[in-house]
Amino acid sequence: MELNVRLFAIYRERAGQTITSVVVPDGATVDNLTDEVRRQFPNLAPPEVNIVVAVNADYAAPNVILHPGDDVCLIPPVSGG
Amino acid sequence: MIELTENILDPEKITAQVRRDTNGSVITFLGTTRDNFEGKTVLTLEYEAFDEMAVKKLKEVRMELMAEFGIEEVAISHRIGTVGIGEISLVVAIGSPHRKEGFKACQKAVDRIKEVVPIWKKEIYQDGSRWVACEDHEFDPTN
Repeated sequence: MELNVRLFAIYRERAGQTITSVVVPDGATVDNLTDEVRRQFPNLAPPEVNIVVAVNADYAAPNVILHPGDDVCLIPPVSGG
Repeated sequence: MIELTENILDPEKITAQVRRDTNGSVITFLGTTRDNFEGKTVLTLEYEAFDEMAVKKLKEVRMELMAEFGIEEVAISHRIGTVGIGEISLVVAIGSPHRKEGFKACQKAVDRIKEVVPIWKKEIYQDGSRWVACEDHEFDPTN
């Protein structure tokens, strides 16, 4: 399946785009998605740092299964306030 | 009671939202933008948000505070977009029957906002910029 993945802040700048298309197998997890994203954008985050993902506007654990049409966003460390 | 806006924040107006005759305490926290970072002059700040999720998370923070501290009046406003130096980027106002739970709730509100709400700030310098706290460190907002 093909998912549209939105990027924010430092990830948006490093990737040079606000949204990217990522293809993962049916039944893929958040973990599978971040692996694929790292392949597309090797400089997004260092390998030792996990990439946090939000699915449908909620933080999603690495084992969460993705579905077609999910709203997927990559969330760099937040710094509001 | 929860607001994400590009407009200048008015703490008086936000504080007024949590005032009740049944409450003896109103605590308002203002987050303001600093003009320096490690000796560098900050010219301005840019705030970016994942709007839909930020509003959702701010509402969750508000519900958490109400449940944990037994309070009913919580207002949170966060500014996004370009914010000048010395301006207000965050207002948290807590109305409560007594001051103790109000202070605790206010502290917790700001801590939680900085932990879980998808908002990012970028400091703009004369010779560059930096995403604050966005450098490559471990981040686990689900804790």
